[in-house]
Amino acid sequence: MYNFDIERPGSVADAATAMGREEAQALGGGQTLIPTLKQRLASPSVLVSLSGIAEMQGVCTTDDGRVAIGGATTHATVARDAAALYPGLADLASHIGDPAVRNRGTIGGSLANNDPSACYPAAALASGATIITNNREIAADDYFQGMFTTALEEGEIITEVRFPVPEASNYQKFVQPASRFALVGVFVAKFAESVRVAVTGASNDGVFRWSEAEAALSGNFSQSAVDGLSLPGDNMISDLHGTGAYRAHLVGVMTKRAVTAAG
Amino acid sequence: MAQVSMTVNGKAASGEVEGRTLLSSFLRDTLQLTGTHVGCDTSQCGACVVHVNGEAVKACTMLAAEADGAEVATIEGQANADGSLNVIQQAFQDHHGLQCGFCTPGMVMSAAALLKENPTPSEAEVREYLEGNICRCTGYHNIVKAIMAASGQDVSSIAAE
Repeated sequence: MYNFDIERPGSVADAATAMGREEAQALGGGQTLIPTLKQRLASPSVLVSLSGIAEMQGVCTTDDGRVAIGGATTHATVARDAAALYPGLADLASHIGDPAVRNRGTIGGSLANNDPSACYPAAALASGATIITNNREIAADDYFQGMFTTALEEGEIITEVRFPVPEASNYQKFVQPASRFALVGVFVAKFAESVRVAVTGASNDGVFRWSEAEAALSGNFSQSAVDGLSLPGDNMISDLHGTGAYRAHLVGVMTKRAVTAAG
Repeated sequence: MAQVSMTVNGKAASGEVEGRTLLSSFLRDTLQLTGTHVGCDTSQCGACVVHVNGEAVKACTMLAAEADGAEVATIEGQANADGSLNVIQQAFQDHHGLQCGFCTPGMVMSAAALLKENPTPSEAEVREYLEGNICRCTGYHNIVKAIMAASGQDVSSIAAE
């Protein structure tokens, strides 16, 4: 690792100030960033740790019934504290990485990084979540802009994520057996008026909504509604773990499993 | 360089660190607590698992500066006060839960975290909890058996010796 300074602000305001330093990089739980630094794929001059900011911690329900999660909340905390509020989301959080990773990794870090194989982007997009930063609110539909690319501006910090809670939801992932990242993951969220389906792990453009399946499931929320639907494999990630065509096939399979599990 | 202070295995510890100093490096190189092993340095193997404020974390994937003020527990602090092996360590010995022993500190620390959270886990729960701990010798069977035994459960029916 190249060396860097580290700052540990105690408030969002102080963190925002620290992010104004030249070549500053926010540090969530570091479960992706620290390995990246070890590989010398990033060389920030200062890391701004968000782990000591009390106002960015925890899970609660807002007055309008959404589940609000502080940006620095760990996956383990979401798995535990959101279980009664939004079971589909808590279940997703409880299967990210491994227990030690879940004790450090944060929802804000995952969404800011927008790894094409990360789990949380699927939940945020399928739920129609709102990403709240120190400056503004961003709808999930506008937030994800391609692999490792988001609407975040330089120095902007995710302070909170608000999730509308669906009537039924489920996330199914087909793990790549060595890395345990999602080879394909599908989050299905059934709301009163519509169904949203978001897919991670599969596309060269990162997380995306499968609108054809959403339309079919909105009329008939059963796995048979997905029969006959297919995605083209040409813009899917193709690597030694699976071809684009294989990933496209898995999207259908995982969607059906998620619909069945959501019930 | 910055000064960090933390409690390690119940004792105050402090030292100078760079921003990039990993908790694993601080424990091993500054405090000479070399029981915390670094197997992969890529966050995958779990040999470096320690507890920070009671939670299992990978010490190779946490900056020492982030542990400033924390309570840290490592394998060196796991034995009983009289120096005898604790229940989990003894179970690893009794059930041959190690061969070369390199992964064992992380396995024991993960097992301790699991049993604190879930005192009588099923075999499937033990296996799932160990997802981030890699062992290249045992095939995991006797590790799982040792952890089940340490939880006070009857392991005589866990076959495949």
